[in-house]
Order: sequence, then C-alpha cells, then structure tokens
Amino acid sequence: MNSALLAVLVIVPLLAAALLVVMREPVALRRVILLGTNAFALAFAVWLVVETWGGQVLGHNIALWPDGIAIPFVADMFSALMVVVTALLSLVCSAFGVASGDDDRHYFAPLVLTLSAGVYGALLTADLFNLFVFIEVMLLPSYGLIAMLGGMSRLSAGRLYVTMNLLTSTILLAGVALVYGAAGTVNIAELAGLGKESPVVGAAMGAVLIALSIKAAVVPVHGWLARTYPYTSPAVTALFSGLHTKVAIYAIYRLYAVIFDGDSRYLWIGVLVMSATMLIGVLGAVGEETTRSILAFHMVSQIGYILLGVALFGPIGLMAGIFYLLHHMIVKASLFLSTGAVEVAYGTNELGRISGIARTEPVVAAAFLGAAFSLAGLPPFSGFVAKLTLVTAAISEEQIYAAVIAIIVSLLTLMSMLKIWKGVFWGRAHEDEVHAVSARKPGALLTHISPSLALPGLVLAAVTLSLGVGGQLLLALSEQAALGLLDPSAYIEAVIG
Amino acid sequence: MTLALFIGVLVAGGVYLVLQRGMVRITFGFVLLSHGANLMLISAGVAARRDEPLVHLSDLADAADALPQAFALTAIVIAFSITIYMLALAGAGKGDDDTEDRT
Repeated sequence: MNSALLAVLVIVPLLAAALLVVMREPVALRRVILLGTNAFALAFAVWLVVETWGGQVLGHNIALWPDGIAIPFVADMFSALMVVVTALLSLVCSAFGVASGDDDRHYFAPLVLTLSAGVYGALLTADLFNLFVFIEVMLLPSYGLIAMLGGMSRLSAGRLYVTMNLLTSTILLAGVALVYGAAGTVNIAELAGLGKESPVVGAAMGAVLIALSIKAAVVPVHGWLARTYPYTSPAVTALFSGLHTKVAIYAIYRLYAVIFDGDSRYLWIGVLVMSATMLIGVLGAVGEETTRSILAFHMVSQIGYILLGVALFGPIGLMAGIFYLLHHMIVKASLFLSTGAVEVAYGTNELGRISGIARTEPVVAAAFLGAAFSLAGLPPFSGFVAKLTLVTAAISEEQIYAAVIAIIVSLLTLMSMLKIWKGVFWGRAHEDEVHAVSARKPGALLTHISPSLALPGLVLAAVTLSLGVGGQLLLALSEQAALGLLDPSAYIEAVIG
Repeated sequence: MTLALFIGVLVAGGVYLVLQRGMVRITFGFVLLSHGANLMLISAGVAARRDEPLVHLSDLADAADALPQAFALTAIVIAFSITIYMLALAGAGKGDDDTEDRT
C-alpha cells in the first residue's frame, strides 16, 4: 500500500465536516455523509490492520518534507487497531446521535467528524508537537458538543471541562517545549531511547507524561471526568468515553515504549498509581445515584487496569494492556449507549425513578447485562479474556498486590453494575408505564425504545461477546502490537529510515 | 535569564487568576499561562542570543532555530480560538459569570 494514503484518514472527515457546515439540506443526505464517512474510516482502518500484519510499519512524511521538519504519519499494528476501534465507535455513536435526535442541531455532525479526524491524527502522528495539535483538534469540537447538548447543568460542566483540558494542554505544550530545549527535536523516533539515557530529556518527558495522565484521568487527577461526562447527551458521553481518554492512554503506551525504551526504573510508580486508580475509581462509583455517573467512575477504575499493562511492561503485560484497552473502549461505549437509550426514551437516568425496564425493553436490558458482565470480567465475554491475561501478567511480573487488587475491584465492579440493574431494569414497571399497555394486544407492555436507538448498544455488546468467544484473534493482534512496542526499531525506521 | 523570570511571573499570575471563580478571570489566567508556555517554546530555540531566523536577511550560522517559533505561532492560534470560546461560555450562563455550583 502507498503509505501516503495515511493522511486520507484525517483529510476525508475534515472535508466532510466542512461540507456539512454549509450544507443544511437535505437531512437524509447529511446523515448519509456522516455515517458514510465513518464507515469509510472503518473500512480503511481494517485495511490498515491487514497491511500492518506481521510487523509491517507504514510511514510517510506529509508533503515529503525532510525528517525533523515534516509531519510524520506512521501506522503499525497498535495504531491500526486503535484506529479500527475508534472508527467503529464513531460510526455507532453517530448512529445513536441520529436516532436520539442529537443531529437536529446542525453542528452535531461536523463536530463529531472533526473530533474523529483529530483522534485519527493523534493516533497516527509520530511527532510530539503534532500530537499536541491533533489533541487540540480533537478537543475543540468536544467543547462545542459538551456545551451544546445535554441538560441544564451542561454549562457548568462545560466550563469545568474546558478549564481542565486547557490547563492540561498548556502543561503538555510546556513539556513539548522542554523536550525541544533538551533534545533539539520532538520527533518520537529521533527521541527513541533518550528518556532512558539522558536524565534531562527524561525529566522533560515527565512533564509530557503528567499532562497525558491528567487527560487519561488517572488517580489523583481523575475528578474532572466524573464531574463532566454525565452532563452532556448520552451519544456524546459514549463518544467521549470511547475516544478522549484513550488517545492519552495510547500516547502514554507509545511514548513510554519508544522514548523511555520501557525503562524499568520508573515502572514501580506506574504499578502504585494504577493500583490506586483501579481501587479509588470503583469506590467512587458506590456513592453515585445516576447511571451515567456510576459508569463514569467505573471508567476511572478501568483506566487503572489498562495502564497497569504499560506499568508491567514485558510482552505479556503489554499484550494484556492493549487487549484491555480495545475491549474497554467497546464495552464502555456499549454500556453508555444502552443506558442512554433508556434515558432518551424515559427522560431520566436516576436510579429508582424508573424500574422494570427489563420487562418493557428486553433487548436493551440484554445488551446492558452482556456489556456489564463483560466489564466485570465474566466469561464468555471479552472482559474475562482481558482480565485473565492482565492478572496472569501481573503474577508473572511478581506484582502480586496489583493482581489481588485487580480481582477485588472486579467484584466491586460487578456489585455496582448490579446496582444499575436493580435500580433501572429490575422490579415492576411503574404505574405510568402500565398505562402504556398496548391497545391492540391487551396485556402486552408497550416498548418505548425504537429499534434504531437500541441497535447501537446491542451491536457493541455483540462485538464484546464475539471477542470473548473468539478472543484468540484479537489476542494474536494485540501480541503483534505489543511486540512492536517492545522492539520499536521497525517503527523508528519507518519514521526516519 | 530575563526570559525565565518573565515566564515565572506570567505563570504565577496565570495560576492566581485560574484559581478565581469568575469565568472571565479564569480566561485571562489562561491567556497568561499560554503566553508563558509560548515563551518557553521560543526560548527552546535559543532566541535570546541569536538573530531572527529570516532567510537571506540573517546569517544562517547566527540565526535562531525557526522550528520552535513555528510551534509558538501554531500554539498562539489555538490558544486564541479557545480564549474566544471561553469568553462565550462566560457570557452564556445566567446572571454573572460565576462558576460556583448553585444546585
């Protein structure tokens, strides 16, 4: 494949977004462009995985500028897998946005497409400053989305979100400046190994990693996530949960593997911080009373699991972490979408305000239950494979405490998933819903959730089930991605070779 | 050294303003913080003791590194757009621009 085509992944969504800003009619065509662009990105991403099979790395300097000045785009197995899941989530969340009426706002579709273009760019670039720019390209539409959609509290949530992200971006920019001052380059491949060899570059990269950790919502800097994500619309929450923090996690994996060369001196910090993240995130969820805020706290907990993979390093640890990352993006979005479907149809997400949804909406309830079991790590879902490999990796790296915490947190996760199940899906249907008994078929309760609203969550739940049953394929792909991180020579060669 | 001190003053002022409750003050705080970060970028290119990096006008051996200046230019544009957006957010709420939680 001609590696110059990598830029297509950024250019096409941006052009489609620009078109949708000016083209307001017809609505059907707008929807076709929104979903079609995402579907194109998904097809392109699958092709990338095929092309990077077996350790192939595609690299291209945009406009063929010389190394050092150019914007390098690189795709290896890790970034290709991330792009696949990103494209899948953009497609599914856009479909949910169309079904839930979010796309009545003219700017919904362009903002979502710009967001996904920023994410693709951040996943493909091999330049720290360019990473900062693409993270900004990803965040600017998010500011718009969070302030545009959702309930009354969205404005204060939007302020918190903008303030937090801008502060973090400023730290990231300062870190990039320090790296340039220390090493004279911000090309990830040219910086390879310098974090280990030179303490000055290592300290400068520390500032970059701290900024990325805040963006990933690692304890103790996780509070912003649980206080902003639940207050926008369900489709946007699902989209953010799938993409935003995960870009930061991807960058942490990549930078620690290439620039620090997996330096074992700092790994204990990661094990400590990520164990705390797992535990505190899940405990935070106990005190929450709405479905989405419970799920948001769980995200913090799960981020601990994912980054435990990079803290363990080694082939099994990285493989487990990458598998967990991909599994988590899908499962979390599925949970947000199935509870979001209930929220859109019934107008509330508070536990106890609605009950008996399992009787009126069996499809949505099944999708939620499957994804919830997957999140907690029960077989036959992908969460079981993810947790099993991660705990195995922790034991083989002799981090017994981390392994024990991971198992305890799984039980707590299951507990609070059951809390949502009990508060929303279980029990008798409320009286006002009994009034909705079908007139044509006496005795049958009326379903409020339209199939187009239920389908997105169901599709993702089916994906997690199939990744659990057929986990071998994704494990093999994750292993290739992990090997690419352990030995980044092919990556480096593709960038500056 | 002047640049380092100046960055310190900017960041101190920026942090003070960001910790205030009014959204307009927070916005101004971020203006100062992003100036601080941009000056850090500029100083990474050794602008202090070198000439302007202008092709044909200054000797290449004496010119400062042009790349961080390009970085700073990009960062200024991004910071500018977010500043406008934050001011819009400050105006969008009811009453004043207080970020205090009134639920």
